[in-house]
Amino acid sequence: MSKATSSPVRSVAAHAVLITYTVIALFPVFLIVINSFKSRNSIFRSPLSLPGPETFDPIGYTTVLKQGDFFLYFQNSLIVTVVSLFLVLLFGAMAAFALSEYRFKGNTMMGLYLALGIMIPIRLGTVAILQLMVASGLVNTLTALILVYTAQGLPLAVFILAEFMKQVSDDLKNAGRIDGLSEYRIFFRLVLPLVRPAMATVAVFTMIPIWNDLWFPLILAPSEATKTVTLGAQIFIGQYVTNWNAVLAALSLAILPVLVLYVIFSRQLIRGITSGAVK
Amino acid sequence: MVTETAQSKRPIRWHIAVFLAPAVLIYTAVMILPLFGTLQLSLYKTIDGVRQFVGLDNFRTLFGDPRWSASFWNALGNNLWFFVIHMLVQNPIGIALAAILSHPRLRFAAFYRTAIFVPTVLSFVVVGFIWKLILSPLWGVAPWMMGLVGLKSWFTPWLGKEEYALTALGLISVWQFVGIPMMLIYAALLSIPDEVIEAAEIDGITGASQFWKIKLPLILPSIGIISILTFVGNFNAFDLIYSAQGAMAGPNYSTDILGTFLYRTFFGFQLQLGDPNMGATIASMMFFIILAGVCVYLFAIQTRLRRYQF
Repeated sequence: MSKATSSPVRSVAAHAVLITYTVIALFPVFLIVINSFKSRNSIFRSPLSLPGPETFDPIGYTTVLKQGDFFLYFQNSLIVTVVSLFLVLLFGAMAAFALSEYRFKGNTMMGLYLALGIMIPIRLGTVAILQLMVASGLVNTLTALILVYTAQGLPLAVFILAEFMKQVSDDLKNAGRIDGLSEYRIFFRLVLPLVRPAMATVAVFTMIPIWNDLWFPLILAPSEATKTVTLGAQIFIGQYVTNWNAVLAALSLAILPVLVLYVIFSRQLIRGITSGAVK
Repeated sequence: MVTETAQSKRPIRWHIAVFLAPAVLIYTAVMILPLFGTLQLSLYKTIDGVRQFVGLDNFRTLFGDPRWSASFWNALGNNLWFFVIHMLVQNPIGIALAAILSHPRLRFAAFYRTAIFVPTVLSFVVVGFIWKLILSPLWGVAPWMMGLVGLKSWFTPWLGKEEYALTALGLISVWQFVGIPMMLIYAALLSIPDEVIEAAEIDGITGASQFWKIKLPLILPSIGIISILTFVGNFNAFDLIYSAQGAMAGPNYSTDILGTFLYRTFFGFQLQLGDPNMGATIASMMFFIILAGVCVYLFAIQTRLRRYQF
């Protein structure tokens, strides 16, 4: 085996590039978080220094916690994201299984029909969605958001999962059929565990736009009781533009929960990607 | 055929319907029907509180009325530039990072991967405000850091200048989303079987030439997918511009893209009232543009890419 690819020079260069980019990716976030703990004076005088005993000041956080109900916003975001994600993965996998496993009339048409939503952003239908939600009395409920995000996430989930399900061995499924398993059991017991890596990937790519969305919470559920973190932060920051402590603290509060969620999920994602590739 | 006998035993295979029903129902009710509702709205106009069918009049207004058409072409041009920035900066960086990361003996790969993906999980609101603060001349972080490398005189409040604001926002968006091409290409690179790489190494193809000659052709389908995802994402973008520059997409509409143009038209701004029908017209135009892009990808690009099955 050639070892040319592991020469020390090459490896140092690789690390240098990666470290540089990691700094570019993380520095802005780091800057916001450290400054959120400092007094107004030191934010401006020495933005790059860590908060010390003299410069530490939690005034930003106390302002935010007094003014906005961020725990409730966080809870709303969590409910909407988790429920939508669950529905997208379950319904998406079911539809993907039907499309990849069975030959039936209209299979290709159904696949194309579901794939349409990958390229057409659901936002373009906002006017009619709002009318629909008003008509069904779902405005200012989390259900409205969950329905929209489920519809939004399904096309890509079906598309990716169908690709993966085509790779699941037919012998295995037929063996299951010979053993008398129903089609539902074959799906839940045999196929779903095998495509779990793909599910993790789909989960991350579905979760991010849902958590980050500003458009639909603003239009469908802007009430105090249903605000998501993204909307809550947007409105709060808009009101406190000149209060740098409060703005930095609100940003940090919006960042930290996502980061924690991400660190939990990223293990699954990375394990998913690598095991999916190695099989 | 086998299916023939199977079908005669089970005339209706209900499980197919059960598997498809939930996804198809939600998707149709919440996405497809409203979408057609919107296309339909673009053919109507509300005159004195009565909705009337006006055919293509709204489109005629959009392209014929100098005020509307100027805004539309401005937004479309800006949107194209936004897309070009992503294709030229985001995707090459993503591919390069993935190529480095996929090296089998690289240490701390998991750490780098996790760290570089962090901006992607942040919301547009957070990203917009973070960069607004950092680039703000009031705070002075950006000029101070440029001073470190002797470029302090180059600093200018980019987000506030007509000629730079859109490019700055494009690069901010690249900063946020570079993790997505990186992850997709990384997964594609890992799925290349070891035998292929070993065969290349036995033939003496290693390092950079191995990447260009062996790996790159194998990941071209993934690059195609990334390009079309970037296209759709960019022509549907709204949040970042809205968070950083507001609905007016300032300065002087220089960062106005189709998404913000649609929002202003639909919901109204300042003294102008919202116009759902003109909004629907713009949404329809976005629909046709995205459809055209996707057709180009499906028929001109994807059919020419060879897929390798291992």
